[in-house]
Amino acid sequence: MSGAASSQDRYYAGIRMVRYDLVKELVIALVVTALLVLVAAAAFSSPDDPSVTIQTWAQSDPVDFVTTAVSELSGQSETAGYGQPYNNTPDAAQAIGPIQPAVWAGVSTPINPAQDFVLKPLTLASTGNPTLTAALQAYDQAGATQQGAWLDAYTKALANATASDGQVTVASGDYGPVPTLMSNLLAVARTGGLDGLLLDSGHFFQTDFTRPLLFMGDGSYLSNLAAAQHLTGDQWGMMNETGSYPGQTWLWLYTFWYQVPPFSTAPNADLVVVILMVVLTALLALVPFIPILRDIPRWLPVHRLIWRRYYRS
Amino acid sequence: MTDRNPAIDTDSGNWTLAIRRWLERRLPLDSLLPHRMPYYVGSWVYVFGVVAIAGLIWIVASGVVLAFFGPQWWHISSVGRFVNSIHFWSVQVFFIFMVLHLWGQYFMASWRDGRAPTWMIGVVIFAVSVGTAFTGYLSQQNFDAQWIAVNAKDATNAAGVGAFFNVLNFGQMYGLHVMIFPILVTTLVALHVIQVRIRGVVKPIDPAGSAGGAGEASK
Repeated sequence: MSGAASSQDRYYAGIRMVRYDLVKELVIALVVTALLVLVAAAAFSSPDDPSVTIQTWAQSDPVDFVTTAVSELSGQSETAGYGQPYNNTPDAAQAIGPIQPAVWAGVSTPINPAQDFVLKPLTLASTGNPTLTAALQAYDQAGATQQGAWLDAYTKALANATASDGQVTVASGDYGPVPTLMSNLLAVARTGGLDGLLLDSGHFFQTDFTRPLLFMGDGSYLSNLAAAQHLTGDQWGMMNETGSYPGQTWLWLYTFWYQVPPFSTAPNADLVVVILMVVLTALLALVPFIPILRDIPRWLPVHRLIWRRYYRS
Repeated sequence: MTDRNPAIDTDSGNWTLAIRRWLERRLPLDSLLPHRMPYYVGSWVYVFGVVAIAGLIWIVASGVVLAFFGPQWWHISSVGRFVNSIHFWSVQVFFIFMVLHLWGQYFMASWRDGRAPTWMIGVVIFAVSVGTAFTGYLSQQNFDAQWIAVNAKDATNAAGVGAFFNVLNFGQMYGLHVMIFPILVTTLVALHVIQVRIRGVVKPIDPAGSAGGAGEASK
């Protein structure tokens, strides 16, 4: 007799064997799950809230769009100060003492928010637009101090900005060419042009949405929509889904840590939670070798319920 | 003609023959497709794993259809939406029964009598399945996918993984979801099932009391 079969014979020696049809069991399981899934699919369909575009953002919340664009230009946005893998902002990457995986991995996706999100798209859109061309030249020729002064003043003015007819209006002030840059960027965005310009990579085909997603993520529009759907990090967001559909409920433990101190307030919460989950997953895999954890099944009577036929006999 | 050379069957240097004999010894059909089981295999707990596999089969089948027509199809076609819904609910079934299977096997201490590798591969399947589903959610091309990508990048970047696993790169996530991860999951599940069948189902926990350790000898 072959090795595995004979070792099973030895293992089951003295134990009564009964007929069992594994293939029939699988076929029945396939039919039952098919019925279950077909009924659920027909009755509940599946979630599909339409994606947000730069265009819908600029049309729905132009003040937030312009405020975000100015923060990109001034280097004050989240992406501008993110650190690795987008840039080398010092001390920005999460770390636990000397453990700083993001820094070790380095800048793999270089992003210059001012250039990538604002100035390059505007340059591409400036053809046939002498006003925009002049504004870009004026901004480029001004020194960093002057640019900073314009952007700082304009950022403060945006706090009381109003929007009407696709225009963002602020109180009068010395903003240099910044209002012209922003009004043109907003106009391009509202037509949908910026969605394409942010994807420009010099290649015809494009599947990498890093730049538009980072740009949108820097604003409040996307996160406000997510908060309304209970999807943000402090709302158990990673395990939720739009609407009333079940989401990635299997991420409940990962998401749980973000809801409780000290993780909920830690500046390096992501790194701590990831490491914690890797350790917990390793522990789960190593349960057979860990005293107490491997003994709990014997202490709890659940197995007596599962094998009640065996224990009765 | 039956002039077979007996030396051929005893050729110790033949790799093909060695592999065939190893497979015949380790994976006999009697063990892979048994028609008899110990009498205590009569609980619904034993069905959870099979239902999870059934869910996985429907996930792969519906996923093949979705992949064939492309990632945008299900947004613009009612048939596509229905196939996506089958995919979506199959994933829910798969995870529910995989978790039930995992807890069931835990309370049965199924790693006993040399079955620790089977348990460990099972945990790896769970972890890889989470990654598979995650890349699936990122491949939806809807608002949920956008938000998950923006939200999840902080964790992957903080762990240094973002340098080569960019959740904002749809092409990378889609490729991983429809090709690499399904191959990983199905291969691991096949390995897991073979592990179970080679050793057979574990005996009930000895009422006399045992540590339940991975290396516990069979009673």
